[in-house]
Amino acid sequence: MHPLLRLLSKNKSLIGLIVLVAAISVASPNFLDIGNLLNVLRQTSINAVIAMGMTFVILTAGIDLSVGAILALCGAFAASLIAAGHGLGSTIPIVLLCGIALGSLSGLVITYGAVQPFIATLVSMTILRGVVLVYSGGRPIDASSAAASDAFGSLGEGYLIGIPIPVVVAAIAFAGCWVVLTQTRFGRYVYAIGGNESVARLSGVNVTLITISVYAVSGLLSAVAGIILTARLESAQPTAGTGYELDAIAAVVVGGTSLAGGIGSMSGTLLGALIIGVLNNALNLLDVSSYYQAIAKGSVILLAVLVDRRGKLG
Amino acid sequence: MAELSSASGSPILELHGISKTFHGVKVLDQVGLRILPGEVMALLGENGAGKSTLMKIVSGITEADAGGTIRLGGTEVRFTNPRQSVAAGISMIHQDLNLLPGLSVAENLFLGREPLNRFGLIDWAILDAQARKLLAVVHQKIDPTTPVHRLGVGQQQMVEIARALSLNASLIIMDEPTDSLTDVETDILFDAIRQLRAQGKGIIYISHRLSEIFRICDSVTVLRNGHTVAAEPVAGLDEATLIHHMVGREIGDQYPHKPAANGPVGLRVDHLSAPGIEDISFEVHKGEVVGFAGLMGAGTPQLGRTLYGALAARSGSIEVDGQRLSLRTPAEGVRAGIAYVPEDRKSEGLIQIHSVLRNMTLTGLARFAALLGFIVHRRERDTVDHYIKTFSIRTPGADAVVATLSGGNQQKVALAKALITKPRILILDEPTRGVDVGVRREIYSLISDLKAEGLVILFISSDLRELLGIADRILVLSRGRLSGVFNQGEATQDAIMQRAVA
Repeated sequence: MHPLLRLLSKNKSLIGLIVLVAAISVASPNFLDIGNLLNVLRQTSINAVIAMGMTFVILTAGIDLSVGAILALCGAFAASLIAAGHGLGSTIPIVLLCGIALGSLSGLVITYGAVQPFIATLVSMTILRGVVLVYSGGRPIDASSAAASDAFGSLGEGYLIGIPIPVVVAAIAFAGCWVVLTQTRFGRYVYAIGGNESVARLSGVNVTLITISVYAVSGLLSAVAGIILTARLESAQPTAGTGYELDAIAAVVVGGTSLAGGIGSMSGTLLGALIIGVLNNALNLLDVSSYYQAIAKGSVILLAVLVDRRGKLG
Repeated sequence: MAELSSASGSPILELHGISKTFHGVKVLDQVGLRILPGEVMALLGENGAGKSTLMKIVSGITEADAGGTIRLGGTEVRFTNPRQSVAAGISMIHQDLNLLPGLSVAENLFLGREPLNRFGLIDWAILDAQARKLLAVVHQKIDPTTPVHRLGVGQQQMVEIARALSLNASLIIMDEPTDSLTDVETDILFDAIRQLRAQGKGIIYISHRLSEIFRICDSVTVLRNGHTVAAEPVAGLDEATLIHHMVGREIGDQYPHKPAANGPVGLRVDHLSAPGIEDISFEVHKGEVVGFAGLMGAGTPQLGRTLYGALAARSGSIEVDGQRLSLRTPAEGVRAGIAYVPEDRKSEGLIQIHSVLRNMTLTGLARFAALLGFIVHRRERDTVDHYIKTFSIRTPGADAVVATLSGGNQQKVALAKALITKPRILILDEPTRGVDVGVRREIYSLISDLKAEGLVILFISSDLRELLGIADRILVLSRGRLSGVFNQGEATQDAIMQRAVA
């Protein structure tokens, strides 16, 4: 994309966010309350982290429907490890590796099995949802009365120099993803595969390895989100993360990344996640019934995508 | 010998002064052509002579420049889409099959004109019966309910032919129809053509197989570089005259050829077989340009791909600088110092939606990467700017999207992309196709420079004059096998063509 156009479309998400914030602060003065703003960020952080992984996947012209299920399984796994008396030092690396492995499995099916990403991750989602239920017996896994419970809980509810820890985690994840996507060969290859897979292959890009890797990254970030969500409740719900894949895809698309692959940005995704987060919070503050919330959310996503499309066509 | 023509009456199709310009390049210049009822006309010419463009104009896929006229059955027509030409009675059998693989033979035969019953639903019984009738015309005992993807290529071609016949067209265009047919199927096709001729239809027959022309055609029209250079009856012509018409005589001095320095062997290919090529052996010295000639289906692109690792070799060996390679992916080809510029820039050469910079450094990105794969942006941009300048690539800048560049400038980006990897072996597949004369010259002199630097250069081209002009040796492929070798100075276009149709 042309840099000017990229700047414009980036600014469009930014302009959208500013307009939204301005409108909401007029409608509900409570919105600008620092406590509420931090709350918005904390609530956004989980979707933002998942959407960052989704950005890599969508940039290769893929899709990952399994993120919510990976989140639930990794959360359940984390809760049972903590409940069994393990500390954070062993629990976190094991759970993150678990996320990477689950994501890689989708990647293997997509590359070596030549299965379309939509189908492969739909299958993964379905199977993993079943595994969570089997693993937990369909009941929440409580992690609130173990040795490491307090430390674990602070991952969800704690603060670091006044900033909620989930927000800190999301910020670190963003920095890492941004660097990988814009500063490394890996990032360049991700764009190339989405831009035109056969050109990428003929240019010597190891398409198989990169494709498996983006699903591994998506799985890793889903596991991060799973740990944060479980830590916040100090308990893992077997149905946690249901529908999160669609929120993440919405954030990526609102952020200006093309579902056809090859075009998009990590900062766009961050803005997209913030727009959706702010909107969710505003609809709650304004006491809109949840029935209407869904309608409002869908409409805003449609609007954002239409504006973005027009920019690209023009 | 040509058969007795039943051609008579006023022409079915008459073209006058047809021109077509693509991006400032004139591919057709004042072309004329005329077919009488009951005439089978061969349309001949080298690849790129303008045959397909002319047929695309006749069938409404592209429009001619203003000025010329197309008369169909005496009335002037101007088609803006293929639907109009079909409605006017022109039917075209494409070389690349136009069938929908998931649908049955019957559904394909009647696509868009399915017989309906009184409820407005497809009448399958009638569809089946009519399909059987059509298949019988081309002597095919195929069950009409078979999905097309289960048929062999030859049978698919016969289905396509049956469909074209069923359209009851007055003019039928056949583009290389026998390419995928067996001898028996070819005979069936020729029978069908004779029937059509007897019914007074006009047929334009495009083929590289000259012997077929003498078997089935009444007249020949030859195009060369967008001009009609001959239009005469087949009777009285011979193969040599036809080849002479096709390739012409003049060889310009636009080729800055310098003889190859006598370097050591840089590439040795031994009994190489892969999909599309069979048992090919040759050696190329450093600083030598070897040209590859061959008609469509001869296997030249496959050879290029196999040497790069994009196609897996079945057997045989490839040695670079005395080192034996076993390439399974392009990535391995790149690491071994082989660079490849594919023929199709749009779908295989460059990522159209990405910038000049991102395209140019994609293959050689490792050269701009530091620890952990971090890209050194400064060095990358300097290199890209350097190539934009020395290749005089016309672009607003390194960040301009490739799709906005002209064909010639895109090709320069593709060449720079290959050279950035600092290759030992450079494989160019049709590097001057769709490129104007100015850029062609630049590409030739670039090849000359690279030769002086000791690169091994393999140059695949269907433009024989260009091969004669710049190659030190020309290898000719026919049906996947090496069928001729010529040294610079020994080769003539006629001689190459004779090996290519062998």
